[in-house]
Amino acid sequence: MSDATFGLPVAPAKATPAARHARSEAITAWLLSLPAILSYLLLLLLPTLAAVALAFTDYELGADSVRWIGLENFAELWTDRGFRQSFVNTVFYVGVVTPGSILGALVIALLIEAGVRGRTLFRAVFFLPVVSLTVAMASAWQYLLHPTIGPLNGMLRQLGIAGPAWLSDSGMVMWSLAGIGIWENLGFNLVLFLAGLTAIPRELYAAAEVDGARSAWARFRLVTWPLLGPTTLFVLTITMIRSVRVFDTVKVLTQGGPNKASEVLLHSMYQEGFTFFRLGYSAAITLVFLAIVLALMWLQTRVLDKRVHYG
Amino acid sequence: MSGIRIEGLVRDYGGSRVLKGVSLQVGPGEFVALVGPSGCGKSTLMRMIAGIDRPDAGQIHINGREVTGLRPAARDVAMVFQSYALYPHLTVAENIAVPLALRRLTTAQRLPLVGGLMPGARAARRQIEADVAQAAESLGLGHLQGRRPGQLSGGQRQRVALARAIVRRPAAFLMDEPLSNLDAALRVQTRREIVDIHRRAGAATLYVTHDQAEALTMADRVAVMQGGEILQVASPEAIYADPADLRVACFIGSPRINTLAAEADSQGFVRVAGMATGLRAPMTGAITLALRPEDLQPVAHGLPAVAEGIEFLGESLLLHARLEDGTGLVLRIAPENRGHLAAGARLALGFDPARALLFGADGKRLPARIQAAEPALV
Repeated sequence: MSDATFGLPVAPAKATPAARHARSEAITAWLLSLPAILSYLLLLLLPTLAAVALAFTDYELGADSVRWIGLENFAELWTDRGFRQSFVNTVFYVGVVTPGSILGALVIALLIEAGVRGRTLFRAVFFLPVVSLTVAMASAWQYLLHPTIGPLNGMLRQLGIAGPAWLSDSGMVMWSLAGIGIWENLGFNLVLFLAGLTAIPRELYAAAEVDGARSAWARFRLVTWPLLGPTTLFVLTITMIRSVRVFDTVKVLTQGGPNKASEVLLHSMYQEGFTFFRLGYSAAITLVFLAIVLALMWLQTRVLDKRVHYG
Repeated sequence: MSGIRIEGLVRDYGGSRVLKGVSLQVGPGEFVALVGPSGCGKSTLMRMIAGIDRPDAGQIHINGREVTGLRPAARDVAMVFQSYALYPHLTVAENIAVPLALRRLTTAQRLPLVGGLMPGARAARRQIEADVAQAAESLGLGHLQGRRPGQLSGGQRQRVALARAIVRRPAAFLMDEPLSNLDAALRVQTRREIVDIHRRAGAATLYVTHDQAEALTMADRVAVMQGGEILQVASPEAIYADPADLRVACFIGSPRINTLAAEADSQGFVRVAGMATGLRAPMTGAITLALRPEDLQPVAHGLPAVAEGIEFLGESLLLHARLEDGTGLVLRIAPENRGHLAAGARLALGFDPARALLFGADGKRLPARIQAAEPALV
């Protein structure tokens, strides 16, 4: 800050009061942000950089020497059928869970909003999976989906249908996991949609009716959907990132089986890093995961954001 | 009978009666202002005419057709909302086109991309575009058609809302305090424009406002509403000079009309503070005598009062005075008649009995006869 010397060659022995004030303010600002900066560096930036560095080495836990191997880990990933399977499975999981839990949440939110009573009850019921512990809930799912003693197949038997082995049939297991994923994410999305719906001015619906929007669908197209745009974008991003991160249900229910049919990115990373101790290779998987998450965030901020905020 | 006709509208909200059997008629091409304080039920009434709210009893007719049970879309009315209620994701042109697109195009024709391929869609779209351009142009929005509402000023948004209302040429316009979100200067200017739009469109218009200046300057007739009922419907001049109810007299006019406690003796001669007024009422007992600020003047002999302060308004002065019984009064006097008036000065107040308004104890207007049997205050 140049404090108004208007070009005069003034060179005071001491700083002016204004300049001193500005400097002490700057020092205070740095001191106040220091804890946040330090924890960001120590807990986020350094580990990330360490992972990036590890990804280019052959480091294994307990190994005597570390060798810089460049892109070898990535080359191995490219040819690793197990990794390819886990990548495809993760994409499948995201592709099913994201639209499923978003559309489901939107429909239920509209029904709850249109209903007269029970708003709080329904909100609580659908939000319950979000606040409950996934590992504990996974055990409940394990029982529900058990091929012989599970209630689901029990009900199907009543209808004369032989239910599949939900978690041990390699063609079925990803669908089952995605179903659980939808159940997990739906409540969270529902609460976001309900909040978004309350923010829409009532007068817009009145205007739409007077303007000739006779059907509920016409009003949805004209008012609800466009005005929910920012909410939907946020829900979309958060659901995609949450479902890319799928791990605990896989770890508890299938451990990637049968025969890697339910292997997903984070589970592969965990296996390589903490079961086989190939930390370099595991770090390479982490980088792939990181790239996907960053790409999704970029998609939100750069591309979609412009289309849903009507400044 | 065209225009808007409502009969005996009743509405209850949670035990309290918001509308107490309201009847009102807006003739074809007429501009009626519905004015009243906040919470008097005027917006509720308007929402019922639009069909956004339903009455518990009563009937609504628009252009000779009963519409009480119809959806808003079937009523052929256009409404301008206080918040403008523009669709934020649509451009100005798209906003104005909404009522036309929803009426002239089928659901299939409105579909994005494929809609244009439906038979007849292209011609209908072209006609809509032409109508929208014309409406936008007539309100001076031609150069703003591609903007979104968020990029417009309050006055421009207000014009878009008006354009969206007129583009369809509806049987009736409903305007719910359309100027209350504008700043004072713009409000005065937009008043004239709305009257112009009304004249060109020629449809029955009901205009809700809490601002009496808007009601008096814009409307052919003014309906004064209070406590869920309409007290009087009359021309602006009659509402001001010839109010039927004390509440109307008090609501219309700024500064507020002066009210004096008066007494009609056994023969009906009206006295104020023990002094004869030269007026005779058709009843006896306690009544109210009301005088507009410009109808009270300082005189040589009259009601004794003390001046409390003077406000200079340019073309006139407002003199605040207090009678001996504590009644506060406001006089509007010409600056040249100020004389030596100053705060604290004693003065006497008089009035022309022909200008005085008498109201009974129930607030209803009483006919007054001027009777010079006794010496009058002048």
